[in-house]
Amino acid sequence: MTASVFFGCTFIAFGPAIALFLFTIAREPLRVIFLIAGAFFWLVSLLLSSLVWFISVQISNKESAAQQKGLLIFGVVLCVLLQETFLGASTRTENTVSGLGFGFMSGAFSVVNILADSVGPGTVGIHGDSQHYFLSSAFMTMAIILLHMFWGVVFFDACEKQRWWAVGAVVASHLVVSCLTFQNPEYVNSLVPTYVILLLMGVWAFYSAGGSLRNLKLCLTCKDKDFLLANHRPR
Amino acid sequence: MNASDSDEDVYNERTALVPSETPAVPSYRPDDLSMPDDLPTQRAKPGLSRRGGPAAVDGSGGGGGSDQEVDADDEELTLKYGAKHVIMLFIPVTLCMAVVVATIKSVSFYTEKTDQQLIYTPFTENTASVGRRLLNSVLNTIIMISVIVVMTIFLVVLYKYRCYKFIHGWLILSSLMLLFWFSFMYLGEVFKTYNVAVDYPTVGVIIWNFGAVGMICIHWKGPLPLQQAYLILISALMALVFIKYLPEWSAWVILGAISVYDLVAVLSPKGPLRMLVETAQERNEPIFPALIYSSAMMWTVGMASPMEAQRSEHQSDEEAEQSGGGVEPERRQFPEDELEEDRGVKLGLGDFIFYSVLVGKAAATGGDWNTTLACFVAILIGLCLTLLLLAIFKKALPALPISITFGLVFYFSTDFLVQPFMDNLAAHQFYI
Repeated sequence: MTASVFFGCTFIAFGPAIALFLFTIAREPLRVIFLIAGAFFWLVSLLLSSLVWFISVQISNKESAAQQKGLLIFGVVLCVLLQETFLGASTRTENTVSGLGFGFMSGAFSVVNILADSVGPGTVGIHGDSQHYFLSSAFMTMAIILLHMFWGVVFFDACEKQRWWAVGAVVASHLVVSCLTFQNPEYVNSLVPTYVILLLMGVWAFYSAGGSLRNLKLCLTCKDKDFLLANHRPR
Repeated sequence: MNASDSDEDVYNERTALVPSETPAVPSYRPDDLSMPDDLPTQRAKPGLSRRGGPAAVDGSGGGGGSDQEVDADDEELTLKYGAKHVIMLFIPVTLCMAVVVATIKSVSFYTEKTDQQLIYTPFTENTASVGRRLLNSVLNTIIMISVIVVMTIFLVVLYKYRCYKFIHGWLILSSLMLLFWFSFMYLGEVFKTYNVAVDYPTVGVIIWNFGAVGMICIHWKGPLPLQQAYLILISALMALVFIKYLPEWSAWVILGAISVYDLVAVLSPKGPLRMLVETAQERNEPIFPALIYSSAMMWTVGMASPMEAQRSEHQSDEEAEQSGGGVEPERRQFPEDELEEDRGVKLGLGDFIFYSVLVGKAAATGGDWNTTLACFVAILIGLCLTLLLLAIFKKALPALPISITFGLVFYFSTDFLVQPFMDNLAAHQFYI
C-alpha cells in the first residue's frame, strides 16, 4: 500500500499542475518569480485567516464541538474571502501565473502532510472512517489547484475588462467549492460538483484567455504554430 | 567605496545587476565552527552582500547617451536579465535546502537529542524554568556572535596586513575538515539509516575521491557546475552540523542575531565586512572567491593583466574564509572588444548555510511539512526582495536580514497559528 499509494496520490494531486509549470512557466524566470510570489501571497492570506480563527477559538467555548465546527466553517469562509482579495491584489501587479502559485501552495498545504502519512505504516479508516481518504484527498487537491489557476485567469481578465460580475462569480464559485467540501466524507456529493465547476471554470478561462473552437482545432491538429503554449507571451 | 573611473570604461554592457566596480569582492565571513571535541574550525558567517561598488555604471557608459532608445525594450530586457539572475540563485538555494530537509527527514542522527554542544554555546537548555532557558539561549547567542565578531575582525586585520599565507592555510584546513571529516560522518550516518553494510576500504576510496576532487574544484580550478555542486554540498553539511549541535532556542535566537549582525557589518561605515570590501577594492583584488557561490564563470580569456595574476593567486586563500559573502555581481575583467559575458551573481556560502539551518530546523521540529514549505517560500521571497534591492542600490547588501526575518515570522506563525487550523481542516477534509 504505502509507496504505491504515495506515488499515485502525489501524481494525481500534482501531475497536471507540474505539467503546466514545466510547459509554460519553467522557461521564463520572471514567471517563476511571479509563481513564488503568488504562493507567498496565498500564505499571507492563510496566515491572517488563521490568526482570526485562532483568536476566535481562544475566546470561545472549547468544550462545545458544534461551536468549534461552526468556528471552523467561519474560518474557511473568511479564508476564501481573504484569498480572493489577495488574488486580486496580486493579479493587478503580476499576471495570471500567480493563480497557479496560489493553487500550488493551496494544494501543497492541503495534501503534503497526508502524503507524508501515506508512506508510513498504517491502515486507512481503521476506526470506521472512509477507506478512500487518500485518493479523494488527491483528487480534490488536483481540482483545487486547477481551479485556482482558472480563477486567476478569469479574475485577471475580468479586472482588465472591468467586469465586476465576473469577479463576483469567481468569489462565489470559490465559496461554493469550499462549502461543498463540508460534506466530506460523502465524496460523491463533494467531488462530482467540484469537478463540474472545474470543467465550467476551465472553459470560461479558456475563452477569457483568447481561446476559441477554431484555435482549439488548429492546436489539436498541430496546424497553428502560434498557439503552442511555449510561445505564449505572459499575460 | 568608489569605483575607479578607468574601470567604468571596461563595462559597457547593459545589465540590471552589474556594478561597475573593481573586482567583485564577496563580502566576507570568517569561518568559525567548532566541533564538540574542540578542533579549531571555522564557521561560515552569513552575509549575502552585493559586492559591488557604487552603481552599475557600466550601463551608464553605454546607456548614458541613449536614453531615448533605452526605454520599454530595455526595461523589459533588464527585467528579464534581473529575473534570470534571481533564478540562478533560487536554484542552488533550493537545492541546498532540499538536501538538508531530505537528510533531516530520513537520517535521524541529525535530530537526535545530544548532550554535546558546541563550545560556543556552553549554556545548556535542559533547565527547569522557561525564564532560565530563555536566559541561557540569549547568553549562548551573545557568546556566539561575539566569537563571530572577533573572528571577522581578526580576519580583516590579517587581510589588511597581507598575511595571505595564514588566511590561505586557515581556509584550506577548514575545507579539508568539511570535505573529509564531515562527509565521512554523513556517509556513515546514511549507511546506518538504511542498514547498508559497507567496508572501510570502499568508504576510504569514496571519501578520498570526493574530498580530493572537492579541494581541487574549490581551491583551484574545475568545471563550474562541479564547483557549484561542491559548494552547495559543503554548505548543506555545515548547516546539518549546526542543526545537530545548536540547542533549540539558541538556534532561533542566533538566527535572529546573526541577521542583525550581518546588516550592521555590511552596511555601517565601520563594519568589518565593509572595511574588507573597501580594502579589497583599493588593492584591486577579489576577496576569497572560492567560498562564494558564483553563478557564472568569470572569463579572463585573452586578458593578461597583473590583476588577473593576482586574482588567481588569491583565489585559494579566499575560499574558506569568505563564505559569508553576499550577493554580488561578478565583474567582467576583459576589455570591451571581448565577447560579452554573463556576469552572474554571487551569494556567500554563509547565507546558504543559515537559510538551510532555518528550513532544516523547521523540518526537524514537529514533523510537519507545512511549516517547512512556508519557511522555504518565505526565504525565497526574501532573497528575491534582496536581489531587487541589489538591482536598485547596486552595492553590497546583506542577504540574511530580509530572508531570515520572513523565515522566522512564517515559522512561528505557521507553527502556532496555521498548523492547528490546517490540522482541523484536514481532519474534517475541508478545503479552502
